Amino acid sequence: MPRSKNWSVLAGFAAGLTVMTALSGSAFADTTTLTFLVPSGEENVARAQSLAKAFEAANPDIKVDIDTRPGGAEGDNLIKTRLATGEMSDVFQYNSGSLFQAINPQQNLVDLSGEPWQADVQDIFKKVVTAPDGTQRGAPIGTGMGGGIYYNKKIYSDLGLQVPKTWAEFMANNAKIKAAGKTPVIQTFKDTWTSQLFVLGDFFNVNVAEPGFATKFTANQAKFATSPAALKGFEHQADVFKAGYLNDDFGAATYDDGLRKLATGEGAHYPMLTFAIGAIKTTYPEHIDDVGFFAMPGDDAAKNGLTVWMPDGLYISGSSEHIDAAKKFAAFVASPAGCEAQTAALGATGPYMVKGCSLPKDVPGAVADLLPYFGENGAASPALEFVSPVKGPSLEQITVEVGSGIRSPADGAALYDEDVKKQAQQLGLPGW
Amino acid sequence: MTLATDAAAGRPSVPRRSIRTPYPTWFFLPAAVIYGVLFLFPTLASLFFSMTRWTLFNWTFIGFGNFIQFFNEPFLVGGLINTLIYATLTSGLKVVLGLLFGVLLTSEIWARDYLRSVVFFPVLVSTVGVGITFTVLMHPTEGLINESLALIGVRGPGWLTDPRLALISVALVDVWKGVGLATVIYIAGIVSIPRDYYEAARIDGTNSMQRFWNITLPLARPATVTVVLLSLIGGLRSFDLIWSMTRGGPGFTSDVIASVIYKQYQAGFYGLSTAGNVVLFILVALIIVPLSIFLNSREVSR
Repeated sequence: MPRSKNWSVLAGFAAGLTVMTALSGSAFADTTTLTFLVPSGEENVARAQSLAKAFEAANPDIKVDIDTRPGGAEGDNLIKTRLATGEMSDVFQYNSGSLFQAINPQQNLVDLSGEPWQADVQDIFKKVVTAPDGTQRGAPIGTGMGGGIYYNKKIYSDLGLQVPKTWAEFMANNAKIKAAGKTPVIQTFKDTWTSQLFVLGDFFNVNVAEPGFATKFTANQAKFATSPAALKGFEHQADVFKAGYLNDDFGAATYDDGLRKLATGEGAHYPMLTFAIGAIKTTYPEHIDDVGFFAMPGDDAAKNGLTVWMPDGLYISGSSEHIDAAKKFAAFVASPAGCEAQTAALGATGPYMVKGCSLPKDVPGAVADLLPYFGENGAASPALEFVSPVKGPSLEQITVEVGSGIRSPADGAALYDEDVKKQAQQLGLPGW
Repeated sequence: MTLATDAAAGRPSVPRRSIRTPYPTWFFLPAAVIYGVLFLFPTLASLFFSMTRWTLFNWTFIGFGNFIQFFNEPFLVGGLINTLIYATLTSGLKVVLGLLFGVLLTSEIWARDYLRSVVFFPVLVSTVGVGITFTVLMHPTEGLINESLALIGVRGPGWLTDPRLALISVALVDVWKGVGLATVIYIAGIVSIPRDYYEAARIDGTNSMQRFWNITLPLARPATVTVVLLSLIGGLRSFDLIWSMTRGGPGFTSDVIASVIYKQYQAGFYGLSTAGNVVLFILVALIIVPLSIFLNSREVSR
């Protein structure tokens, strides 16, 4: 075969590839189909489908295609990679707070500060989707959550126990529950992320004892290991292990096991975020009224309050070609009609961050326990990850070690201080 | 390395220019382009990014900061020790068990071919599948292993949840999965030993133990070398089984180098994890290159 022919075949192939790559970007430019990326998991998909259906009914010229992605660290990675390569879907749901800061919002997300619906979004949420330049880049999707302890109401009424306000009361309840032959505290370390609640959910109490901890923590001036208040979370984690209050299979149990044990009354307490109420409702509907919720007990009964998690944000990718349609969708999600579509899919799971949204009257018991903390006279403060961009990636492994007696609480806290250093340096914060 | 062995073999050194090849130079171009784009460029890029603090969106050059950080990583030393324990344990057990199975399956036993394929079968199954299955079997209270032990009145340990046992449990599963390959290599090695040696030894009045120690073991040495090398490399870079069974847990107790690096990557410390990969590359090279040179030189002298 002559050489020149080979070359032209090769050149033609290369040219074909280039044309294909160029086309694939703009081939669908004149249709308005929005791609919408949500985390996998029953509640997220159900919410997204319900929102998309209601939005399409109101805007017949726009179609919403839902895509799912893994959650957790794998999902963080996927989001970062897709944003960095300009391959992100038009709109996507992702964490607010410190994880939002880590995806470089100023560069990657569309500025939504000027949108009219921002006036109806609660200030507490606006803060957690604000980029370093002071612009808001997200709309609230989902409801506010609390991080605290679920309890089995049947066990509590059978043993005549009161909801504890202090750690001492909590441990006294545990002693009685153990004496009655039940598991006092459920831990599920197979899913390591579930192990962080004693530490993360204790932040309200840290803030009461040391106001301004978050600011100092961000500036590298306060540490978990050297702050007695912040160290308490790690100590509590070790306390329940040392007292023998955990389920036998705490090391191998999963999040789903934990919910089962809690709902069916095998165990009395399960430290968790309140979004679990959705899963309990779908998996154990007959037990939904047996489950209650209280904030992480602290030192002082008079100053007990809830550590609050903000809902995820809905963001528009800067590389989107349908920014106008995407803005319409964001406006819909952050409106009372959007809240209704979400309630229709999942029922009431917590308070919405949009003014004018209301909840149905008959909310599950745990949600009814949650709402007063968010109310006018409620005591609540956002979790550390919403008031400081610094969050170490290894906390879940460290709390597993502390909670299984492998590492002492003081060691664990010191190790976590080391861990957050990397994150702070990666974000380029001053003082690290 | 190649040059060294060439010199050792006493081959006359050939000037580069006189190497004639029947192919024109452009013939190598496609392969060179693919090699450059898929291997050379990423390698160089990774060397560069290992010296930056990299968020995928932008990077800052920080020199050797990542390497210093990586070596200060509190879990790295533990991961390094665990990697060595894991590699030696799996490699050692595979040699011993592989040799025993090899001897058994080359002897005149009933259903020999069937038994050979049974030993080899786990090699064919997906590692992650094996990991998930054994995680279920090794559950401390509901797993089949501990439930069987309970029948005979033994309270089984938390195979994967006891920090002292987790790494060893995973290593045992690795051996179960990988011993088939070692066995096949040994079968090939043992079958190639001439029968005459055994007959001569039998005439000299040796028993089977003596024949094993003095004939099978020394003459199966090439097979041993292959098994050691393969399983040692496999053990050093092992990741999938550990990740699917324990994710380095409980806590950090079964972390190996590869899982430490992967966690940095997951956390978004792209520069740091790239530096970790450079370190892993150097480490594997430091262990395998001298070993390979040593084994090659032995083969030449024999």
